[in-house]
Amino acid sequence: MVFLVVVLLVARAIYIPGDFGIHGTFTYNFYRQANVTEWQSVPVKYQGRSYCGSCHQRNYDLIMASPHSVIQCENCHGPGIGHPDTVKKLPIGNSRQLCARCHTYLPYPASGRAVIPGIDPGAPHAPTGMECYDCHNPHQPVPLPNS
Amino acid sequence: MSDELPEALPKEPTGSISRRDFLKKTGWIAAGVLAPAGALELIFGLKGASSAQAAEAATTAQTVPHWQFLVDANKCVGCGFCVKACKLENDVPYEADASRTWVERHVVTKDGVSHVDSPNSARDGFTTPDIDIGEGKTLQINPEDIAKAFFVPKLCNQCNHPPCVQVCPVGATYKGPDGVVLVDRTWCIGCGYCINACPYGARFFHPVYHTAEKCTFCEHRISKGLLPACVQACPFAARRIGNQNDPTDGVAEVIATQRVEVLKAEYGTNPQCFYIGLDSEVR
Ligand code: HEC
Ligand code: HEC
Ligand code: HEC
Ligand code: HEC
Repeated sequence: MVFLVVVLLVARAIYIPGDFGIHGTFTYNFYRQANVTEWQSVPVKYQGRSYCGSCHQRNYDLIMASPHSVIQCENCHGPGIGHPDTVKKLPIGNSRQLCARCHTYLPYPASGRAVIPGIDPGAPHAPTGMECYDCHNPHQPVPLPNS
Repeated sequence: MSDELPEALPKEPTGSISRRDFLKKTGWIAAGVLAPAGALELIFGLKGASSAQAAEAATTAQTVPHWQFLVDANKCVGCGFCVKACKLENDVPYEADASRTWVERHVVTKDGVSHVDSPNSARDGFTTPDIDIGEGKTLQINPEDIAKAFFVPKLCNQCNHPPCVQVCPVGATYKGPDGVVLVDRTWCIGCGYCINACPYGARFFHPVYHTAEKCTFCEHRISKGLLPACVQACPFAARRIGNQNDPTDGVAEVIATQRVEVLKAEYGTNPQCFYIGLDSEVR
């Protein structure tokens, strides 16, 4: 019996890190403290558009002066981690699917979608084989004259 | 105290037990069973309230943030950029049908039926009016029949009384010093209790690590002064984050001074994710 207790205590000392314990209340704060630092040191992938703007000044200035100024570059081009050092180019993506996220018309007047100009992202507006950016500049989407 | 009872029990003569005896013994057993629990609570209760700890908590309260989230459902357009950003930022496999955050579409028809979907957690947004009813099937709704329709972003509520933490048998999930509930992947045994305990369905198994996975408010970003990936990605400020311990924080002020709601308040979890523009249809 005593032996078992000793074995258990020794095993506990070996297996359980010293920073494992109560850091606050027993109910909610019983943990290994180093894990907080582990979570905090996860690499950041989305860099934010001021980083993009430091090189792609032209695109940055264009979009900031347009109705798309609210949209982050990385929403359309993917996370900037490693770019341009290891990731030479970020994708310029499938514009149809990108644009359809906001511009597909949905009959929901009570939702935020109602305040964005909505279209049917298929033909005839955007005939098959054409991308949205063939007619609209994604960085400067201005109303086009009726064709 | 509790050791005595089990040994005493077999010594009692059987057969001639009186009603009085029976009640007396039952009382002792009940007391014996309850006493250790009571003692534990007393010990830990006192420990939690010790003056030294209270003082420590008071001094750290000013410097350590307490994060809160504010969702303005009126502003959500269902573009799903938040979900895309979250999955990529936090290494949740993109093709897996699991996500730390998701956007729900609620379409309430005039006959009072509520249709809710979140195809692929809304990773690719909502690009069709058809409702996803699972197994690759969709439901068409006549626009004439719609009474109201809207989008609701959802994520972990980082509850102040998190049931997921209470049920963890190994101390692998916990409420961190800044109020964010985290999972220790090296400690998690993958039992899944926490996944079942969360009333909001905010937890799932990580398909690669096979441990419990959940939103961390992007702990790695907020601790560096950056915004969570979903907040940064949202073009319409439908998602915002604030620090309750910062008296100059605008978001915390909105939460404290304006009309906001939480999900499933009746569970007593004290959620730290607050909503503007929630409908009673949303659970
Ligand atoms: C340090 C400078 C630098 C920064 C910062 C930077 N880029 Fe680039 N980017 C480049 C270079 C150089 C190229 C390669 C251009 C080429 O080869 O045509 C490039 C290419 C691209 C391309 C592909 C263009 C094409 O023609 O295929 C995209 C899209 C892009 N960047 C987007 C971004 C975004 C979004 C960010 C912010 C996360 C960003 N970049 C940040 C330097 C930068
Ligand atoms: C709404 C989605 C969207 C946003 C937001 C967006 N882009 Fe683009 N971007 C595109 C698309 C689509 C293309 C391809 C357009 C084309 O080929 O004409 C593109 C092309 C590019 C290119 C290569 C072609 C060129 O114009 O030089 C670069 C570089 C680029 N984007 C950078 C940026 C930067 C930097 C930002 C943020 C300031 C940004 N983009 C924001 C959708 C977007
Ligand atoms: C995050 C949502 C979002 C995405 C994605 C998006 N847009 Fe927009 N778009 C908007 C908003 C918001 C406006 C401004 C609406 C307003 O205030 O009039 C706008 C305006 C426009 C306009 C001008 C409409 C008008 O008549 O004023 C065009 C054209 C346009 N977008 C095309 C595109 C194209 C092409 C893409 C894909 C490359 C795209 N948008 C992607 C949100 C989005
Ligand atoms: C063949 C050229 C062409 C293509 C391809 C195209 N558009 Fe357009 N788009 C136009 C023209 C012209 C207008 C302005 C006339 C109109 O309102 O119909 C317009 C208008 C719009 C508007 C504003 C509508 C409004 O009510 O103000 C949006 C939004 C839009 N397009 C989005 C898109 C999206 C998203 C795609 C890709 C799925 C796309 N467009 C593809 C030519 C095009």
